[in-house]
Amino acid sequence: MTVLQKKADNPIEHLTAEDIELIGKELDDIRQSVIDTRGENDARYIRKVIDVHRKIELGSRAVLLASGFPPAFVVGTIGLSVAKILENMEIGHNILHGQWDWMRDPKIHSTTWEWDMASPADQWKHSHNEMHHTYTNVVGKDNDLGYGIMRVDEDQPWQPFHLGQPLWSFINACFFEYGIAAYDLELAGTIAKKRTGDPEFRARAKAVLRKIGRQVRKDYVIHPLLSGPNFLPTLAANFTANLVRNLWSNSVILCGHFPEGVETFEKKSIEGETRGEWYLRQMLGSANISGSKAMHIMTGNLSHQIEHHLFPDLPSSRYAEIAPRIRDLFDRYGLKYHTAPLPQQVGSAWHKIIRLSLPNGWLELTNRRNLVPQLVALYKMTTGGPKVRRTLQRKLTAGVRLSRAAAAAA
Amino acid sequence: MRFAELATTPLLPADYLDLVNPLRSGADLRGRIEAVVPETRDAATIVIRPGADWQPHRPGQYVRIGIDVDGVRMWRAYSITSDLGRTDGCFTVTVKAIPDGKVSNHLVRRAQPGTIVQLDQATGEFCLPEQRPAKALFVTAGSGITPVMGILRNHPELTDVVLVHSAPTADDVVFGADLRQLAADGRIRLVEQHTDTAGMLDAAAIAELVPDLAERSTWACGPIGMLEALEEHWNAAGIADRLYTERFRAKVLVTGEGGTVTFTKNGTSLEADGATPILDAAEDAGVLMPSGCRMGICFGCVLPLREGAVRDLRNGEVTTAAPGDGVLIQTCISAAAGACDIDH
Ligand SMILES: Cc1cc2nc3c(=O)[nH]c(=O)nc-3n(C[C@H](O)[C@H](O)[C@H](O)COP(=O)(O)OP(=O)(O)OC[C@H]3O[C@@H](n4cnc5c(N)ncnc54)[C@H](O)[C@@H]3O)c2cc1C
Ligand code: FES
Repeated sequence: MTVLQKKADNPIEHLTAEDIELIGKELDDIRQSVIDTRGENDARYIRKVIDVHRKIELGSRAVLLASGFPPAFVVGTIGLSVAKILENMEIGHNILHGQWDWMRDPKIHSTTWEWDMASPADQWKHSHNEMHHTYTNVVGKDNDLGYGIMRVDEDQPWQPFHLGQPLWSFINACFFEYGIAAYDLELAGTIAKKRTGDPEFRARAKAVLRKIGRQVRKDYVIHPLLSGPNFLPTLAANFTANLVRNLWSNSVILCGHFPEGVETFEKKSIEGETRGEWYLRQMLGSANISGSKAMHIMTGNLSHQIEHHLFPDLPSSRYAEIAPRIRDLFDRYGLKYHTAPLPQQVGSAWHKIIRLSLPNGWLELTNRRNLVPQLVALYKMTTGGPKVRRTLQRKLTAGVRLSRAAAAAA
Repeated sequence: MRFAELATTPLLPADYLDLVNPLRSGADLRGRIEAVVPETRDAATIVIRPGADWQPHRPGQYVRIGIDVDGVRMWRAYSITSDLGRTDGCFTVTVKAIPDGKVSNHLVRRAQPGTIVQLDQATGEFCLPEQRPAKALFVTAGSGITPVMGILRNHPELTDVVLVHSAPTADDVVFGADLRQLAADGRIRLVEQHTDTAGMLDAAAIAELVPDLAERSTWACGPIGMLEALEEHWNAAGIADRLYTERFRAKVLVTGEGGTVTFTKNGTSLEADGATPILDAAEDAGVLMPSGCRMGICFGCVLPLREGAVRDLRNGEVTTAAPGDGVLIQTCISAAAGACDIDH
């Protein structure tokens, strides 16, 4: 894939400026229709989810007091994983988006909520709500796109260290909450710019460390201690629950913007963007996950990533209801509404991570028969200098062109 | 408790305890609606069981109640009407539904027993002094009877009481039966004015009905127009210090151009017109705002104005702040008068 602006078959070529503004108008109307009908049922829904989360968490923690007993370990770990996922996804993420601010309940409000996660709520709100949701899928601006550490686009020149990308993507997934905390803190950028002495950065870093301290103490000291002789099994259970939650939320988030077919955008393409164009970028830059109601809840309704990106502050419980109208809009304007079951979207996202960890075209051209020469070429590109890389890359690119032409002719 | 917090972070132990007992001691003050008893066709008494930390009120005081109407938390003040001696630990407020009134209609017509409401401790100065007046006069209209009923029920030691109460018809008199019973028992002299047929009473007419008015301490509660007329009359008679009034709402006198209101900490910016209190405009935009009586008497809504201008809706007075200032303004009776930055 390549940024939309450089594509040969631009998927929005057929849209006129008026079309785009009409799309914007229709979306504004859909948004208003939800706002006009927000009410008691929605309020009851979020309170119910919060209530269920707290009960599952309390129950699982209680069961884990006996974590030395294997069935208790299993049940407690599953329960705690589910609780942590609910808390981060359907509850925390969405409350912090301000989806429930309209209820004016100070206990369920974006300005007062804190979540079970390494990154403090206010730092996450800044990097997520302001940066990611504003600059969705704009290469170089949207850090969610690879968290600033990954090659997310063919246009980014391939470097040998990108070969490690699948491995560190997986490590990032396992410790996702810390990865998010680091990137909300803009840790990598601040170190690169040698600005770690900046008092403002230090204050934020301190807040993150304090938060991590509290989180770690809770899961790895206090609750294990409460379990007495079962200290170690409880610690293991809590670690597992955090790991499961991290892998799960990482998968859901990968599915949102990373599957094949989701578009990315050039920095300069968003200068002077109209509301209609902003909407269109959200439509093209997101992908949904299809599945059951339980699946939607466990993903925090980020399974309706397209709807969420169009209307980040509408109650998540309403995305399913407007999804058919959004899909109809895509159809009428000849746009592709990306949706697939979770395994397929996760597979597609990982395929892309692996493909981009290799030089452009390498994966496409490689098959069982030419594996050896291809590996040799890859070895040369990895160990050779920029010149070798450029030459071999030209070869690869030409090879792709040839094989595609052959496929088209056949 | 500190240890429990370490175990529940980022939540608080209270968040879990609230699941079990929202009315326990130490919890945020709440209450549970136990019953809704109709009084007239558009008024009802709400029986509320307050949380364990509730402190007994002084008769005549009001309580702020926060209730979710269509999922939105709304706060309003209601005078307490119950007998302090109730044995069930509950108190009551009596609400009259006003046309298009969001909270009053919800409480009178839709509120269900079992509903949890948010509360503040009772407050207000519309109470009898320690030194009880030998002679008292109460002038009320419509729902203005509520604080007075609270006083009458709790102060049987008052022996010389006149109550002048106005309502559209006999059936519209909230607590009609109780008041008539008090009159029959000789505890009060009751003058009922049914305004649909007999018209409104002006201050002069009241003075005529109560010839020893100058000797009486007077408590009045009702529409703004009535209260202003009484104040004028008592002033003219040189007995203004013997008149105590309770207002249920602020009178909007002056409106003007609005402006953009920016909440600097919260980051929200909104367009507010010159007739809407900043408190209402901000709440509509989802900003959590401090508030109290919502009519300019309690100062529960005060926030610093860092820059810009606001207009006091009651008298048109404009308050301005130069950049960096922190002029304290009451958001419930102030509207934007141009762009303003509020520190919140
Ligand atoms: C100290 C204090 C004590 C109070 N005690 C009582 C009480 O014991 N019983 C009681 O019923 N009410 C009492 N009130 C009034 C009460 O707090 C609400 O203002 C009232 O119930 C209307 O709220 P609402 O949400 O229904 O109306 P809103 O939806 O806020 O207003 C709807 C419309 O009615 C107008 N309006 C607002 N308030 C009034 C009013 N009081 N009279 C006429 N029109 C109004 C508004 O301007 C608006 O146009 C008291 C108010 C105060 C400040
Ligand atoms: S809320 Fe009481 S003065 Fe504003």
